[in-house]
Amino acid sequence: MVHIFGSWGRLLRVDLSTGKTSTEEVHPMVYRMYVGGRGLAAYLLWRELGRKWRDVDPLGPENVLTVLTGPLTGYYPGIKLVVSGKSPQSGGVVGSAVSSHVAYAIKAAGYDGVVVSGASRDPVYLYVRDDSVEVRDASKLWGLRGLELVRALREDVGRDLPSLYIGPAGENLVRTAAVMARWFHAAGYGGYGAVMGSKKLKAIVVDGSGPLPPVASRDDFAKLRYEVIDRVAARSTFRKWGTTSGLWRVGYETSSEPVRNWQEEWHNREEFSHAPIERRHWVKNPWADWGCPLACMKVSKALVDGVGYVTDGPDYEMGAYLGSNLGLFEVDKVIALSALADDLGLCGIQVGNVLGFAVELFEKKVLTEEDVGYTLKWGDFSSLKRLLEDVAYRRGIGMVLAEGAYRSAIELAKRKRLPVEDVLKYAVQVKGIGIGAHGIRSRKDYPQPIAYAASVQGGDHTSVAGLPANSEESEVWSAFLDSAVICMFTSVEEDTVLKFLNTVTGWSVAKDELYGTIGPRILSLQRILLLLGGPDVRWDPRKHDDNPPRFYEPLPSGPYAGSLVPREEVSKNLVEYYRQLGWDDLGIPTEETLRRLGLYDAVDVVQALRRELGAS
Amino acid sequence: MSTPQGQLWILVDYTACSGCRLCEIACSLKHEGAIWPSASRITIYEHYPGAPVPQYCVQCPDYPCVSACPTKALRVDQATGAVLVDPSLCTLCLNCVEACPGKIPKVVRGKKYILICDLCKGDPVCAKECSRAGYNALKVIRKPASTGIKHYAKPGRTLAEELGKKYLT
Repeated sequence: MVHIFGSWGRLLRVDLSTGKTSTEEVHPMVYRMYVGGRGLAAYLLWRELGRKWRDVDPLGPENVLTVLTGPLTGYYPGIKLVVSGKSPQSGGVVGSAVSSHVAYAIKAAGYDGVVVSGASRDPVYLYVRDDSVEVRDASKLWGLRGLELVRALREDVGRDLPSLYIGPAGENLVRTAAVMARWFHAAGYGGYGAVMGSKKLKAIVVDGSGPLPPVASRDDFAKLRYEVIDRVAARSTFRKWGTTSGLWRVGYETSSEPVRNWQEEWHNREEFSHAPIERRHWVKNPWADWGCPLACMKVSKALVDGVGYVTDGPDYEMGAYLGSNLGLFEVDKVIALSALADDLGLCGIQVGNVLGFAVELFEKKVLTEEDVGYTLKWGDFSSLKRLLEDVAYRRGIGMVLAEGAYRSAIELAKRKRLPVEDVLKYAVQVKGIGIGAHGIRSRKDYPQPIAYAASVQGGDHTSVAGLPANSEESEVWSAFLDSAVICMFTSVEEDTVLKFLNTVTGWSVAKDELYGTIGPRILSLQRILLLLGGPDVRWDPRKHDDNPPRFYEPLPSGPYAGSLVPREEVSKNLVEYYRQLGWDDLGIPTEETLRRLGLYDAVDVVQALRRELGAS
Repeated sequence: MSTPQGQLWILVDYTACSGCRLCEIACSLKHEGAIWPSASRITIYEHYPGAPVPQYCVQCPDYPCVSACPTKALRVDQATGAVLVDPSLCTLCLNCVEACPGKIPKVVRGKKYILICDLCKGDPVCAKECSRAGYNALKVIRKPASTGIKHYAKPGRTLAEELGKKYLT
């Protein structure tokens, strides 16, 4: 094997159709080109499924689920891994990052990642102990929710080991299901919980007993590591209040928080803030993931109607989407809904998005009590809780809503014999992915009008596009963080992160290579696979590289009332952003760009795409 | 029972522990020159969300592990109170693990001898790391004379269960 630093150059492969496991050596050049994590996922998926992409059912056995670390995983403070595959939400590739101790355990077991193909007939879980890999019976675990499952897994393996797992939502192939970790952590964007469910894979438990792979320059690494630890530990807002502090601030100050399905983005609800949560609900602060000096998490518990609930934070995204977005401002009940979403294995953002969509449809009388079985009302905890469970178990109207807001809108329009636009306008999503809880109308929070419209990960607020393409405003930077793989909250400026990368790997990646080659290479592959789409979705850049209609309605309230996303600026910036990435006006990578990036085998696919879209 | 002057002890504040494992990382970097959490002499157990428990050798006043060792591979460092392992004498017979009320000594793949916290010759790196990150869950104090310190020598999973239930019920 060719020597490589910071990674092992080895993946664990599991075929659940046959139950066979093996290892695959990955050439160091692949790491140099794609880094790891999201980039490596794009490479592997392109290589294995690219030629038949459109026909691959994300929830069929032919899909490939990847769980990948990167060269900085375990070394750079703040741990993440990236879950990927063909997304049941966008039909493309989403790098879905999650904080998890599994990330270091995979490396400590001697792998850079786990790649799962095929599908099992019966429920199983994967138990990795260094070189020993077992596909174990999970029939007794099937159906369990998160808290029970973590306990049951601990009893089954006899030890406290990190795991990735799905709840009932993933088992039921709900497209808003997440791959969960450590009770409350979710790889939410992309819908990979449903992919695990389709493979009948309940969990991946990893016991890695070895050291992390060697780094290229030990002394520099030790110094640099402390430099980052000291800087990150000083981020006191996160340490004290985590992102929970956004519940009040993002609404009141920057007018960019979803309120009642984004009908507003401003609120003045003082009770909806970290202060009462800290006072009454936090039982643990700070709470941190493996090797993290930031500790943005807190553990909260609440008692609602005699039932106890436990969750983290709730962090800003969960709190906003299962709180203000549903017109719910009572923090104890928001904690309860967040805890329930975690336990059921739902992505809080995506399910909050589809719930808000449903309640607004009810408000606008598109959905009726006859359709739902009960009345939906903003802020009404008991009906919202019921709806959340109905989605997780695909019961009643949950059967439709489990498909996410985009697909639900199309289905409901059909059932109601309405023009599809009349229902789609309430779906606040881009390319099948609900938008994260950061609005762009006020331009005081996420300022770029193409943040979501141009993203290869649709509504993913952790992967937003922006000009200039060679800056931290661009999706290139997010793609890089997800490939390295490090946490965006513990990241620092590019120079230091790149120095860290080079110290660990022995490479000499400079900023111009990151922005000019590595980033565009990863994004180009993601873009091509997104535009290929299928089997049930197909994106036309002229139509779908756009914001949800709601973002073109003026904000109705708050200091930025009247603000909206200017359409002309969106079209202008899209073209400019694409140009800077070496793509044509429709955002299709040009042949010249592909050759420059070494993506020779994508040339004919892109030519076909261009013909199909009638581009010049 | 009196404690020799200068002997130290690591006091753990469970409420302050974030469960971040920086202590494990620092310990393995110091002792093994690599990030190798399973070879860390301190281990975090977390059975309930938000209730992580650091566990390591608490230097019982009667040192049952030392008396149980048939090869004299274990001895007490009088200066610090730590149990020191002589790698050349240890046969990994596991008598020390048997004798330990918390089953704390660690066997790790790739190491030919048992791993026990040596208090870093009087300057424990885990505690330094913990305070550097601002958590301050591990504090170095003078070793208490009380035999009560032996209560901390429970199996990590027992501690994690007990603390977790207190937290969340």
